[in-house]
Amino acid sequence: MSDYNFTDTAAFHGVWVFCEQRDGVLQSISYQLLSEGRKLADDIGVELCGVVLGSNVNENYIKALGGYGADRVYYCDSPLLKDYTTDGYAKVLCDLVVEKKPEIVLIGATNLGRDLGPRCAARLHTGLTADATHLDIDTGKYVEFLKESSSLDLSKQKFDYEDRNLKMTRPAFGGHLMATIICPRFRPQMSTVRPGVMQTQAFDEAAAAKVVVENVAVDLKPEDIGVEILEIKKTAEKMVDLIGADVIVSVGRGISSDPKKGIALAEELAGVLGGVVGASRAVVDAGWISADHQVGQTGKTVHPRIYVALGISGAIQHTAGMQDSETIIAVNKNESAPIFGVATYGIVGDLFKVVPQLISEIKAVKAAR
Amino acid sequence: MKAIVCVKQVPDTSGKVAVKPDGTLDRASMATITNPDDLTAVEAALQLKDKTGCEVVVVSMGPFTAEGMLRELLAMGADRAVLVSGREFGGSDTFATSQILAAAVNKIGVDEGDVVFCGRQAIDGDTAQVGPQIAEKLHLPQVAYAAGIEQQEDGSLVVKRLLEDGYMLLKVKTPCLITCVKELTTPRYMSVGGIFECYSKPLEVFDYEALKDDPLIEVDTIGLKGSPTNVFKSFTPPQKGAGTMLENAGQLVGILNDKHLI
Repeated sequence: MSDYNFTDTAAFHGVWVFCEQRDGVLQSISYQLLSEGRKLADDIGVELCGVVLGSNVNENYIKALGGYGADRVYYCDSPLLKDYTTDGYAKVLCDLVVEKKPEIVLIGATNLGRDLGPRCAARLHTGLTADATHLDIDTGKYVEFLKESSSLDLSKQKFDYEDRNLKMTRPAFGGHLMATIICPRFRPQMSTVRPGVMQTQAFDEAAAAKVVVENVAVDLKPEDIGVEILEIKKTAEKMVDLIGADVIVSVGRGISSDPKKGIALAEELAGVLGGVVGASRAVVDAGWISADHQVGQTGKTVHPRIYVALGISGAIQHTAGMQDSETIIAVNKNESAPIFGVATYGIVGDLFKVVPQLISEIKAVKAAR
Repeated sequence: MKAIVCVKQVPDTSGKVAVKPDGTLDRASMATITNPDDLTAVEAALQLKDKTGCEVVVVSMGPFTAEGMLRELLAMGADRAVLVSGREFGGSDTFATSQILAAAVNKIGVDEGDVVFCGRQAIDGDTAQVGPQIAEKLHLPQVAYAAGIEQQEDGSLVVKRLLEDGYMLLKVKTPCLITCVKELTTPRYMSVGGIFECYSKPLEVFDYEALKDDPLIEVDTIGLKGSPTNVFKSFTPPQKGAGTMLENAGQLVGILNDKHLI
């Protein structure tokens, strides 16, 4: 019989957020997760804790986590935790989970979080939901969410309003369906959450002053870590800043007859609108544009003022990453493309014909001012 | 020395996707492919074989129909294939899947100097969890998001591990587990000779009986019953009230101008 420590679900309390730092700087996903974690913790009346692993992380950065919702921060300091290693981070985080027994652990779905989360869940013998885009504990709130975000006929469904399980919703099956995942028998309930999906709450000075910081004794030896970091390098070429962009012009499979020209047209349109170029997964997978341009479940989640979708069919995998944009404009040859279901304005037509017209019309309007 | 590659056959989600009225995926009507990141992992293993002459073993969990995929990987140059198949394994989440695959890899045997390769993630689930979870079950060091692999003289590997804004160079001793991203390499095609040979290469089936003695395999650690996570609900988004359909670019620019959006 495997050794189960985590089936006594009642023994677990509190919501934890793994607060990722790189180069001693807390990543913005940490604030997003604390803001979301605050709501979950309030729903069930428990403490929200941030967990920081690092070496000589600035004390003010750690206290600031209180301003985003943390009641308590566990700070694990060791020279061996300065930079991320799977072995070092997984050991320290798992040891702390075993000792303190949180009921929920949230981790940012960054390239590092998606490495740490599964390793820890496997060690802790519990479930992990990948890349959640929505979280609920309170069943009433979950039902409200389904009313707004699903096509389910809720009059035929029964819900347990006493249920205290974390309901973790994510796009599934290549993003063609949404699925809500639960982990009813094991604790902690773990989920990674995509950066950019959860909104950061306003910083609360008073809360930051009240946060309790606990320094945790770290039991970690160099021989616990099976990987040696030789170098950490930032890419010299400038990555496109999709998350901060005001306008995004994205291209999809519709450019396949002439990808080069399609991207050039998108760049020109983005230029006149003051925006940047995004892309669907198909375009990135085909190698027509680099991965930092990708919008969607496996790319970035964006909410610009204007989102233009050129030749993008609109699978959930893509729309999950852009449907909260203020104004969505879709151009697609296929009038039944699902993208028109989320678009504010749609034009049925060939992007290679429509986009040059758009560019010249916008230029003309601007020139006439 | 050998390279063991974990591979999944997936529905081709990039094409037309059929959803049944009850909100589940109509898998039967969809074409299947070898998961793209896994194909990259196979290529990485074959390149290690080209350099060192190591044996390449491909292993997949799935229905018997996955045999065709495994034959294709043998035709690419893999030496031996293992299909992990049994109704006891059905309904497994990532945790339970990693228990089963780790037991299968144990049965193949991980020795000094061996490398286990996985794709970063499968296009039907997009979780990227099974690779690291297998590594944990096998107590191997792992490197995920590998975009470059160099074997050193001492047998260790130097791996370029992608970050969002750059990369880490990591040195990892073998045996270890690496998950591969498409930036790593471009998979080769099957060779004509390979296609001739692939039916004479060994393809073994590991069923429940074959794996049940591994401590990882318990009634409550595999299959639907052994999966910590369950699907609570699955659904499609509502049909939103369609937006305004316009005739041409001029009309759109007029509206955007009127609303001070441009």
